Amino acid sequence: MALELESITVRYGQTAAVSDVSLSVGDGEVVALLGPSGCGKSTLLRTIAGLEKPSSGFVRWDSSDLAGVPVHRRGFGLVFQDGQLFPHRSVAGNVAFGLRMHRVDREERDKKVLSLLELVGLEGYADRRVTQLSGGEQQRVALARALAPSPRLLLLDEPLSALDRALREQLAVDLARLLREAQTTALVVTHDHDEAFTLADRVAIMSRGRIVQVGPPAEVWSSPVDVETAKFLGCNKFVPGSFVGLPVGRVGLRATALRVDGAGPLEGTVLERVHRRDHVRLLVEIDGEEYEAVGPMSEIGDHVRLEIDLDGVARIG
Amino acid sequence: MAALLPLAFLGLFFAWPVLAILSLGLREGGVLTALFDGETWELVGFTLGQAAASTVVAVLAGLPVAFVLARCRLRGLGVVRAAVMVPFVLPTVVVGLAFRTFWPDGGVLSIVLANAFFNVAVVARTVGGLWAHTDRRAEDAARALGASRPRAFLSVVLPALAPAIGSAAAVVFLFCATSFGVVLVLGGSRYRTLETEIYLRTVELFDLSGAAALSLLQFAAVLAVLVLGALARRRRETALSLRGREELARRPSGGEWYVVFAALAVVVALLTPVVGLITRSLSTRDGWSFAGYAALATRGDRGTLAVTGFDAALNSVRTAFDATLVALVVGVFSAVVLVGLRRSGGRIAEVLDTALMLPLGVSAVTVGFGYLVTMDALPGDFRTSPLLVPLAQALVVTPLIVRMVLPVLRAVDERLRQAAATLGASPLRVWREVDLPLVGRSLAAAAGFGYVVALGEFGATSFLARPDAPTLPVVIARLMSRPGELNSQMAYASCALLMVVTVGCVLLIERLRVPSSGEF
Repeated sequence: MALELESITVRYGQTAAVSDVSLSVGDGEVVALLGPSGCGKSTLLRTIAGLEKPSSGFVRWDSSDLAGVPVHRRGFGLVFQDGQLFPHRSVAGNVAFGLRMHRVDREERDKKVLSLLELVGLEGYADRRVTQLSGGEQQRVALARALAPSPRLLLLDEPLSALDRALREQLAVDLARLLREAQTTALVVTHDHDEAFTLADRVAIMSRGRIVQVGPPAEVWSSPVDVETAKFLGCNKFVPGSFVGLPVGRVGLRATALRVDGAGPLEGTVLERVHRRDHVRLLVEIDGEEYEAVGPMSEIGDHVRLEIDLDGVARIG
Repeated sequence: MAALLPLAFLGLFFAWPVLAILSLGLREGGVLTALFDGETWELVGFTLGQAAASTVVAVLAGLPVAFVLARCRLRGLGVVRAAVMVPFVLPTVVVGLAFRTFWPDGGVLSIVLANAFFNVAVVARTVGGLWAHTDRRAEDAARALGASRPRAFLSVVLPALAPAIGSAAAVVFLFCATSFGVVLVLGGSRYRTLETEIYLRTVELFDLSGAAALSLLQFAAVLAVLVLGALARRRRETALSLRGREELARRPSGGEWYVVFAALAVVVALLTPVVGLITRSLSTRDGWSFAGYAALATRGDRGTLAVTGFDAALNSVRTAFDATLVALVVGVFSAVVLVGLRRSGGRIAEVLDTALMLPLGVSAVTVGFGYLVTMDALPGDFRTSPLLVPLAQALVVTPLIVRMVLPVLRAVDERLRQAAATLGASPLRVWREVDLPLVGRSLAAAAGFGYVVALGEFGATSFLARPDAPTLPVVIARLMSRPGELNSQMAYASCALLMVVTVGCVLLIERLRVPSSGEF
């Protein structure tokens, strides 16, 4: 394992922002720390970077303890939510910064800067002032800057949250490709599950300072460990397993769990309908309970038959 | 631990001499007598009253100038910038005399105006410095939400500037409360402040215990103001986004022109005494003449001075340089330590912050006198050391440098430093690559500011300068105090010379402040 966290606890006075967190990230793996704001995920990231001191526990890299290693010797790259580019340097100056710190000679530096700018899709931006860039461009520069010294681990703190939605989705795809191609070992902190699932090989769910579940995105998505996690992952209705044909346990239903289908096993009465771009959202009453469902744009009567779509169902535990 | 260097400097060259003088006074037991004397409280009242009035005038006059310096793109701004700076560095005695040509009998109004005259620069510089770097978009947002221009100013700009206005006002108040030369010249024995009273009792009445008692009182008042200021500064941790001035400055439009005209009126008012002085230095009873300037090569009428005027000027330049160097090292170090401490949330930060302001508010007379009493105890013959004057001046300059550098240093986003660190920059390298370029302008300005203040320092220097190595302000005071047309002519010429050097420095600083971009 490249990065290993063992029982990390970070305290601010009496309150523990992170408690007893253990996690490992393999070589070339991308792990997402996913959780609501205030769950301690950024604190954990800062602790790994060396910006916070853990009150107990160990941060290890290739089995060696990093406790005595200061930030600038860890060789970890960090990308902040809002870029934090050096305002007094040009785009190229920002990207070249880490290379200069590592005494890369000028010629090689220039070459690397250009190839990185190309990688993040900013050819020809080298001499621009960073203050003249848009948010998305700034974030690309921040990424190129962090990647330039070839960090052994890339830490991304909500790298896309400050951007507007369309840009965010585009950049998430770009970023995922970039991380895969460069086989970067990375830890991404985010509160957006789309972002986490797009980027990560594994997802670690954090809640109130603890990691409650770790696993591949598909696994976490389909079987969240508890109701709280299931809610965070979009489930808004909880029913016994028998509802979807499982013998035991509870399941969480997302808005897309029930579909209008003439041959479906369930029968219900439509209470409300909301028209979306290419489908209709329904509020349906089944056996005296209210459920959300989706249907086609075509005319839907007051009585509908519904099919269960297992992609919209999450088994708890 | 890093807080120890500035504290040691303050302890050795400030606290010790001052405490020595105070204990001298306390031993004689004059404090109680002074405290129960109704006259003492009249002095306190007048001191604080005139200081408050002067501060209000200085802030009101300084704000439009700050606006113009920070936000307007106009021709001749460099001239305005320099013109505002000039009064601040003029020797106090000279300004006193200049104002006396307008108010021959002196009086309260002239004292208030003269004190404000000095300090408009403090307000314009401190507030302008912050203003030049604050994001204009908040203001634009308020305007877009329907706020009129004055409303946007009151509800958005003013609160953002409040930390700078607050610290400028605190500094100005302290300057005015302990202002010496001006009050002495314009107030005479009719309008006395604690500072002039301390001087009068020390030098003329040899009433050391009474003087020490008043020093103690003044010290307490200063401390109270500083603590209040520190409390007010607690709220200053507003995160500013620093931006380059070029992006923010634009041609004034609409109602902004009124502000520009107000600023111009202030500048004209500031230049009037200056022009008066230059005119005076060139005019004699027999008409226009360069006699005063020619006399600078001599030792004055009938050997008033031990050295020539030019030697004194040279000595001034050297002394001020040394003082600035010391102050810059101590000041920048303190500012860095303060930012670091404030980050980790320390009580020590507030103590150090306040301690660094103390020298501003303590009577220079007390400090100078204290040096004479205590420096005997140091190894070597420190009392006659040529380092004594630069150290005393550095003491006066250091708080200014801290005040000018600190707000900008604080406004640097901590995450920029962290980004640099994760990219492999050691703490020292972070300071060089991130802090220094971002505060570079303020630092250069602070150094220049400090230099000219050291050049004009009079209170402590007058006590400490050896007769064979006086500075220009000391020479001026000496020439003024002696009769003879040539002497006073030479004094005015010296003033003009000091002004030329000052303006030269200020222009040089402006030239140095090139916006940095690209690598190195």
